[in-house]
Amino acid sequence: MKWILLTIIVFSTVLGDLLQSYEMKRSGEQSVNVQGLAKLLRMIGSRKYLFLGIVCMAISFFAFMALVQTEPLSFAVPASAATFVLETLLAKFVLNERVGFRRGAGALLVLGGVVLLAH
Amino acid sequence: MPSLTAPAAESCVRGAELRTIVLTIAVTLLNSCGNLSLTWGMKHFSQMVGLSPLPYLKAFLNPFVALGVVLLILWLLTRMALMSWADLSFVVPLSSFGYVLAAVLGKVFLHENVSGGRWWGTGLIFAGSALVGSTTQRTNTARGGEAAQSGRSDRYAA
Repeated sequence: MKWILLTIIVFSTVLGDLLQSYEMKRSGEQSVNVQGLAKLLRMIGSRKYLFLGIVCMAISFFAFMALVQTEPLSFAVPASAATFVLETLLAKFVLNERVGFRRGAGALLVLGGVVLLAH
Repeated sequence: MPSLTAPAAESCVRGAELRTIVLTIAVTLLNSCGNLSLTWGMKHFSQMVGLSPLPYLKAFLNPFVALGVVLLILWLLTRMALMSWADLSFVVPLSSFGYVLAAVLGKVFLHENVSGGRWWGTGLIFAGSALVGSTTQRTNTARGGEAAQSGRSDRYAA
């Protein structure tokens, strides 16, 4: 069961973040005051990819809650940190972001740090 | 749109970068505090949660779980705004600094042990975040029709 939950967490997080990033880049810069946050809330209902991204995040959230009830955090946290590398790669190839040496090396350092932190 | 002089454009970019860093810190804090409150509430919730939605709904009646959920909704919205300002490959590693904060909060509030390996992990995350933070926050300036059609100014175009 834990591997199924972990697979759900990783894939739903990656897909959710990609969809959110794609949709938010299209929408232009958004503000973070009260009106801005209310607008973002309305956007979730009106943009299908953004809505799908939030659904993916919700699936990931509930799967993580279920995973940490049966497995130790020292397993759940580093295993789900695989999303960093996967998201950085997909950001380059799907969202056409420029991921240079510093950004790639930074993502790998963070991954190593998260694995160490959980032990 | 009138073009900016080089110092004005540089000042504009620096202001935008500072704004992004401040929002990243806010996003990280909201996530860490939300997770702490949620974990605290769930640890005092005796019923197991699984695939059925009913135990989740019951868990929301716990004030710490409810506070955690509210903070995580705010985290989600501010993170969406952050993604409209910066690349996904910039936001994700940088916001992982929350893991460091979670370790500190866990030690302070939940009295957890922080081993030598964990401090090494903290150092690596700090170094990785600093490395990513030193890169350009937005490399893909392609915008969809809406932003362009509305005629909004683009701080990256300067």
